Amino acid sequence: MRTPGQPFSNYGQPSVQERGVARWISANRAVAGNGVSWTPLHDLEGTITPSGLHFERHHNGVPQIPIDQHRLLIHGQVRRALTFSMADLARYPVRSQILFIECGGNSNAGWHRLPQQAQAGFVHGLASCGEWAGVPLSLLLDEADADPSAAWLIAEGADAAAIQVSVPLSKARQDCFLALYQNGERIRPENGYPLRLIVPGWEGVLHIKWLRRLEVAREPVMARNETARYTELLPSGKARMFTFVMQAKSLITSPSPGQRLRGKGVYEIRGLAWSGRGRIRSVEVSTDGGARWAAARLQEPVLPMAFTRFRMAWDWSGAPAVLKSRATDETGYVQPERAALIAERGRHGYFHYNAIVCWQVDEDGEISHVYL
Amino acid sequence: MARSRTFICEGGLALALALLVCGDARAGGAASAPQLGQPASAELVERWDLSVYPDGRGLPAGAGTAAQGQAIYQARCAKCHGSEGEGGSGGTLAGRGALTDDDPDQTVGNYWPYATTLFDFIRRAMPMDAPATLSDDEIYAVSAYVLYMNRIVGLDERLDAKSLPRIRMPNRDGFIGIDAELPKRQSTR
Repeated sequence: MRTPGQPFSNYGQPSVQERGVARWISANRAVAGNGVSWTPLHDLEGTITPSGLHFERHHNGVPQIPIDQHRLLIHGQVRRALTFSMADLARYPVRSQILFIECGGNSNAGWHRLPQQAQAGFVHGLASCGEWAGVPLSLLLDEADADPSAAWLIAEGADAAAIQVSVPLSKARQDCFLALYQNGERIRPENGYPLRLIVPGWEGVLHIKWLRRLEVAREPVMARNETARYTELLPSGKARMFTFVMQAKSLITSPSPGQRLRGKGVYEIRGLAWSGRGRIRSVEVSTDGGARWAAARLQEPVLPMAFTRFRMAWDWSGAPAVLKSRATDETGYVQPERAALIAERGRHGYFHYNAIVCWQVDEDGEISHVYL
Repeated sequence: MARSRTFICEGGLALALALLVCGDARAGGAASAPQLGQPASAELVERWDLSVYPDGRGLPAGAGTAAQGQAIYQARCAKCHGSEGEGGSGGTLAGRGALTDDDPDQTVGNYWPYATTLFDFIRRAMPMDAPATLSDDEIYAVSAYVLYMNRIVGLDERLDAKSLPRIRMPNRDGFIGIDAELPKRQSTR
């Protein structure tokens, strides 16, 4: 470089050469702010999702909220109904934690009869991981003097859907917090600015963005998004409700569909694993469709309810191969094969698909999604 | 030997410090928090509180019938949900097919456990292109019309804060609690 470079910038952006690394948007044709955008997991390394690539699920768009006017109300079965400004909340002790958030509807194409051919993140990328920081919810529940006999907390957002959900109060007291920060800076508007409820390890819809109201209650409110949606119909005709915990899942992000192996030789198989029940204990990888498995290396530190990066060297002979990964979490729960998951749940549950994913490598190094 | 004593000593100190810090944090909730919450008036809570519970708590005054709701539905809802509730860019609302069918439509009629949820959801979120623009009477009427399309109420049945929670939805008992128990409730109709 013999010419002076670009000047300073107030807020850095990725290289223009990386503009293809982007969320993929799938929105309602009638209402642009209703839908999802997927994290391009296949293009990322490490465990932290850049804030601008964190997945989105909006029910009716991203509200623009003036932080100085926004208030949080806590009421219901409390001795003192209280409001808090965002400046007030910023003075409380901070809890910070690296956590994945995963939409209950992530990977739902897995229920389809034919394997969806898309890049890994555009099937499984309604999951992202970041450092969230804010106020422990137990502090605010104590300040409001919540009734010890109450069992639920109703949380509501300030978006145009005024989305509300019910969360067991025991979970709220145990480890939930109200995030003001994401990856060191204020939460991005599309991730809930200025305030988001964080429910570690539990399904994404509970992490209410643009949080404005918390109601301590004796029973769940039975909102649309915990009855008509985010419930899973079983073959018996009954449906699973309050399926909060995101079970262990893993996924090979490289090599994966859309990428191509250029000739035989050594490659590193890389992927992500996570569990809403705690830490990932192990990830096994198979390169022959599941006949033989080997333990992958886990990147330290392995954190509870966070993305865990795994890696394994692979010497590709140039012959067709099928790559799979299988996660086990610290409770001993093992990620199921697809056939076992479907035998248990049928194909019409839509939510909470966490089966083992298979990538087929052909002799040209092309990669496709297969069911095995 | 000397080294291991030092280790024990440092370990003991670290443990003591840890206990101090934990003790402090536990002592309060209250003690370590600045307590900046402002009292919320009953009027503010009333204005902000949109929740409607299965027993009808939170339902406002007002009333409507399916006959009144038909025109409102066709004008404000049909564009996305179809003129007969068959769905479109919005979800399928009407239909009583068996949930054990292959690929069944999950509708208000065959899936939703509580009629109160309908009022709650319409009031807070519908119509999606202009949420919170229907009056309470209109919401009762549209709710009645959606239930009418599902053959759950009659055309002239009046729905209000008393009658809506008394409707027993066909799939009321169709759910299994996984990570939390379902509330136990008496059937009322």
